[in-house]
Amino acid sequence: MSATLTSPPMAPQPPVEERKHYLNATHGLASWLLTLDHKRIGMLYLIGITIAFILGGFAASMVRMELMTPQGDLMSAENYNKAFTTHGVLMVFFVLIPAIPATLGNFLIPIMCGAKDVAFPRLNLMSWYLFVIGGLMTLTAVVVRGVDTGWTFYTPYSSTYSNGAVMTAALGIFINGFSSILTGVNFIVTIHKMRAPGLTWFKLPLFLWALYATSVIQVLGTPVVAITIVLIGLERTLQFGFFDPKLGGDPVLMQHMFWFYSHPAVYIMILPPLGVISELVAAFCRKRVFGYHFVAMSSVSIAIISFVVWGHHMFTSGQSVYAGLVFSVITFFVAVPSAIKVFNWMATMYKASISLETPMLYCFGFIGLFTIGGLTGLYLSSIGVDIHLHDTYFVVAHFHYIMVGGAIMGLMGGLHYWWPKMTGRLYNEFWSKISAGLIFAGFNFTFFPQFILGWVGMPRRYHAYPEELQVLNVFSTAGASILAIGYAMPIIYFIYSLGKGAPSPPNPWGAKGLEWDIPSPPPVENFDEPPVITEPYDYNPKAVGGH
Amino acid sequence: MNKNLPLVPEQASSIAPGVDALFYFITIVTVVMTAAIFLGCLILAIKYHRKREDEVPEPPKENLLVEVAWSIVPFFVVMIIFGWGAYVFFVSYNPPPHAMEMYVVGKQWMWKLQHPEGHREINELHVPIGRPVKLLMTTEDVLHSFFIPDFRVKKDVVPGMYTSVWFTPTKTGKFHLYCAEYCGNQHSGMIGWVHVMEPADYEAWLAGVNRGETMAQAGERLFSRYGCASCHKEDNSGRCPTLKDIIGTQVQLANGGRALVDEAYLRESILKPNAKIVAGYTTTEMPTFQGQLNEDQVLQLIAFIKAQTKQQTSTAAPTKGGKK
Repeated sequence: MSATLTSPPMAPQPPVEERKHYLNATHGLASWLLTLDHKRIGMLYLIGITIAFILGGFAASMVRMELMTPQGDLMSAENYNKAFTTHGVLMVFFVLIPAIPATLGNFLIPIMCGAKDVAFPRLNLMSWYLFVIGGLMTLTAVVVRGVDTGWTFYTPYSSTYSNGAVMTAALGIFINGFSSILTGVNFIVTIHKMRAPGLTWFKLPLFLWALYATSVIQVLGTPVVAITIVLIGLERTLQFGFFDPKLGGDPVLMQHMFWFYSHPAVYIMILPPLGVISELVAAFCRKRVFGYHFVAMSSVSIAIISFVVWGHHMFTSGQSVYAGLVFSVITFFVAVPSAIKVFNWMATMYKASISLETPMLYCFGFIGLFTIGGLTGLYLSSIGVDIHLHDTYFVVAHFHYIMVGGAIMGLMGGLHYWWPKMTGRLYNEFWSKISAGLIFAGFNFTFFPQFILGWVGMPRRYHAYPEELQVLNVFSTAGASILAIGYAMPIIYFIYSLGKGAPSPPNPWGAKGLEWDIPSPPPVENFDEPPVITEPYDYNPKAVGGH
Repeated sequence: MNKNLPLVPEQASSIAPGVDALFYFITIVTVVMTAAIFLGCLILAIKYHRKREDEVPEPPKENLLVEVAWSIVPFFVVMIIFGWGAYVFFVSYNPPPHAMEMYVVGKQWMWKLQHPEGHREINELHVPIGRPVKLLMTTEDVLHSFFIPDFRVKKDVVPGMYTSVWFTPTKTGKFHLYCAEYCGNQHSGMIGWVHVMEPADYEAWLAGVNRGETMAQAGERLFSRYGCASCHKEDNSGRCPTLKDIIGTQVQLANGGRALVDEAYLRESILKPNAKIVAGYTTTEMPTFQGQLNEDQVLQLIAFIKAQTKQQTSTAAPTKGGKK
């Protein structure tokens, strides 16, 4: 990792141990659990999300081990169903949705706005507590009695037939939903009201544009899933007939309500990493992102379109044919702003000065996997082909390419980029590159065979499967073990760096942005002096006509 | 196809080649774009690799023309895929007239299939090659999804409504039948086989299995057991409308609307008689059969009512959607 800077020289930073910063300003557990500092709250989220990721990953490895053999022999069908439900529920609601906004977003939004904190610091801490309470409730439900509905909670199975701890898990998700809503409100207000003087909308880093669009979805979409959960709860406990036809309800209505939130939720997961990648491309190309305005507006248009495509999850569900066609065509529209981003990143690299440090490796990994994930979305948007592929492993592969290949790669890229800023420590460059390579290879090894499995017809959520599909499943499980090693390594070297890592200079990458103008780790109030606002990504201020 | 490492599904229905053509077209688009982007990244990363530490590239100039170009080109490509996909879907959506009608009831965790002649099968379906088959489906409990990958057909089976799929098998042999919508514990056990037979073999099979009463006969028995005939008289002189020659017609409703008499309408009228009242009749004449009849029995009654209609055209209006 290069410590040389091309940015204007800065007063040398005193050794990290001697300087007061947000990590050593106060001490003790209470100082963390009662903190109102957005940076500490971001770190608290990072801890919670990492724990959920490890538990969700453990459930995934149970699923992959069971699927090594065609017979359901490692565990009972019931436990298998609980394992994939646990994996889905933890990963979607407690990892992917909060992953980047609550950690990197919390840490960086105020700094990138030139502010000393978010608009509502107490609300921010309350959001974290709601996340923890919701997480513990859901975790208790999946561990103690188990939940076997899948993360989609389709009725009437979830409302009438399942014997699992559906209500406890759903209540946990309900509570966690408020964490998401409040975080969204906090970020929207912060970005509107807390920007430093002179920091106009089109001077914002693209990461903020992405998080702004995400926050809007969180605020508008999450209440709908909360309502859905309440209705399922009323049906399950008091036999109100909303979704079960035996009680006079309509099961397809529940799918509409569920996907009205859960499709936009996909963009809650993928827009923030798209923002991270824009930052990484700029920093490691030392160049303003090509088509800044188009990249910014593509985030906003993805957020808007995301609300009117939910029916593409329901082409086989018995919704009207014409509704299906409308949802199909609108879904294809999403391809355009997604493609714009990829093309603009690549155009940025043209005649750039690219350095291949770990965050940039994740950035390339992201672009590759997001491309495959996005293009395989074309099969599923196409109503004629989706009929065959729906509810098969093709869909599983597709959304893992977006969610893991996209969202988690973006989170990893962002963590490796901002870790020195967040902790004031440098991590091991060699091991981080090895692990980035293992994750990329292991990921493809795990999920590529699943495209073929789905194409030949293997349905999702199968505990046992026909013998001829074993070879591909064994490939997938083997890949998953490589992936697991790849993910274990950063946990180790990041924790190691906290104690033994070399102190980080304020700007180890020579990057532009307000966060790189302040010491690492930042002081409690972020800016000791009022921040100097420039054009975003102003790597070459002398160039004429750059903006 | 390699038995241990299948890479493509068999094309065993008339729909399959059309679906596959589009699938392979999208695959070409995907492979070309993926290769271009991977290769592009590789070349850019090598060619513009940072050479000196103090290197500062020129900032880019925004170029509206380039942005519009790479928005419009993908837009047209995806619109081709949309149009083609919609066409493939329509072709596979409407069953040809005079398709053989069979009945499917999903239940945790089995497929109950019934031929109009009355044969019942569990997790097995025997059909002749080359004849269109239309399945009218519902479920006793939770959602299921009827999926035959080698035919490229899939349709959710939804409690409280009828959905349907149709296919024309083009290859003899045994093909997997799956439940594709998660339905609880033994979801992966809710599987079976579709046997596609030469017409002569199919006839022989039909003759060989123990023939009970046909579905319509079973329906007729229910019809008399529940005393339906005392009100629903053939000559329309009873207290309730006649059921003769009504399938496929439009009826005038008491509330001023009109309704198409299809399977979904009949089902609703049996289970919730007061939901739609035919003009000229009053409510509460007929008891509700919700909870009295299971899905098989409702289907038998419907088969009986359909048999009362001369020149029975299959209610071509797809029975999707139902009325709620």
